[in-house]
Amino acid sequence: MRQLKTSIVVAIAVITGIIVLVGYFIELPVLKNLRIMLLHFAVILIAVTLIVGVVNLVQVHWKKIQNRQSGGVYSLILLISLLVTIIVVGYFGPTSTPSLWIFSNIQIPIASSLIAVLTVVLIYTGIRLLKRGFNFFSLLFMVTVLIVILGTVSFQGFRIPGLRELSTWITQVPAVGGARGILLGVALGTIATGMRVLMGSDRPYGR
Amino acid sequence: MNYLDYLYIVDRGIQGLGFVLIFFFVMIISAIIVRRRDKPFIREIPTYSKLKQSISLAVESGQRLHLSLGSGGINSMQGGSALAGLSLLKRLYRMTYLSDRPPVATSGEGTIGILSRDSIRSVYEEVGVMEEYEPTTGQVSGLTPEPYIAGTLLVILDQHVSTNILMGNYNSGIALLADAGERRGCLTVAGSDNITAQAVGYVFTEDLLVGEELFASGAYIQPSTMHVASLHTQDFFRWGIVAVILVAGALKLAGVM
Repeated sequence: MRQLKTSIVVAIAVITGIIVLVGYFIELPVLKNLRIMLLHFAVILIAVTLIVGVVNLVQVHWKKIQNRQSGGVYSLILLISLLVTIIVVGYFGPTSTPSLWIFSNIQIPIASSLIAVLTVVLIYTGIRLLKRGFNFFSLLFMVTVLIVILGTVSFQGFRIPGLRELSTWITQVPAVGGARGILLGVALGTIATGMRVLMGSDRPYGR
Repeated sequence: MNYLDYLYIVDRGIQGLGFVLIFFFVMIISAIIVRRRDKPFIREIPTYSKLKQSISLAVESGQRLHLSLGSGGINSMQGGSALAGLSLLKRLYRMTYLSDRPPVATSGEGTIGILSRDSIRSVYEEVGVMEEYEPTTGQVSGLTPEPYIAGTLLVILDQHVSTNILMGNYNSGIALLADAGERRGCLTVAGSDNITAQAVGYVFTEDLLVGEELFASGAYIQPSTMHVASLHTQDFFRWGIVAVILVAGALKLAGVM
């Protein structure tokens, strides 16, 4: 019985995937309509999973508070903030003054702080890279970073001659070439993963 | 729509579908070849060898593995990397379900969160120890990139994590996760489909999965025929692309193109 259930689930996933894929390439009206209908289902499902995601977030933090785990206080703050935000946005509306106040005075400063921390961490680790394993590639990495930074800033209007051109060349030629090489690999990997899911040999769901 | 427009659409469709069908057939042929061989040949990726060792060590020492699936969902191009992460998640659980501290998976999107829990539950069901299953081992730690990073930091810092696997879609925020792992003394394995995250990952960890290596976990950790076959198919197409680029470059230099 379980085997049958698994086979049905896999069959649904495979058929749905094939319809969406073929419908993307071949513009037959029947296929196109079927594909659009399936994509609408997917959009609704994704919206519902957002709610499931919030419920899961609450479950995880509630459990942390219940078990008195370390950082439980932060979980409590998170749950209270979540509740207050839901009440405010639900009562006044998402574009109302109180909702926008929360967004501008709490969410944006927190996100900006995180980016500020990230900047410090990146600088610190860039230096640590040289300490960790000083080799030709780490040196090349750091020199490239310096050239690109120095090439994009000026000191009191003064620029080191040729540096801007060198920086532009680095970002537009070797960097773009390397990035495209990596992206081609990523694209091939994505296709292979998609094919395995379509063939039912890789199942990121159930058994 | 005139006749030429229609012809263009049909032509584009046939090209795309043709590529997918060729990919499919090469994958099937590779699978047949892999199945016939006693020991399939795959090139060594040191990061995966290190990861396998680290998984065994984590089970023995009762430490936790953390798999971060990133903040991409399955409804976009970024879904591929999350699916690759989910495939690794099942394998990790099959290897470590008896550990004192089962692995924890974090995701930054609802669908991936549900799929991660479903994947974990399916492994417990498969091995017949459903009573051991903890729903919170597959958790959504934030629903947009920044909160996801902040929520995942807590998991790395608070949950006795010994191996930190970052496999999915990230922005430069991956730096904070890798740094937290390093401060805890974890082995950090990072792979992303995002170029910025790859560049940042290079600075933070020696165990970086570059490009398509991110999608190869199934061929190295508890390998299956189809995963090894898809790796060979990727290599086949990569050589094809290299040949096309070289030929096109030569033709351009010769003034033909």
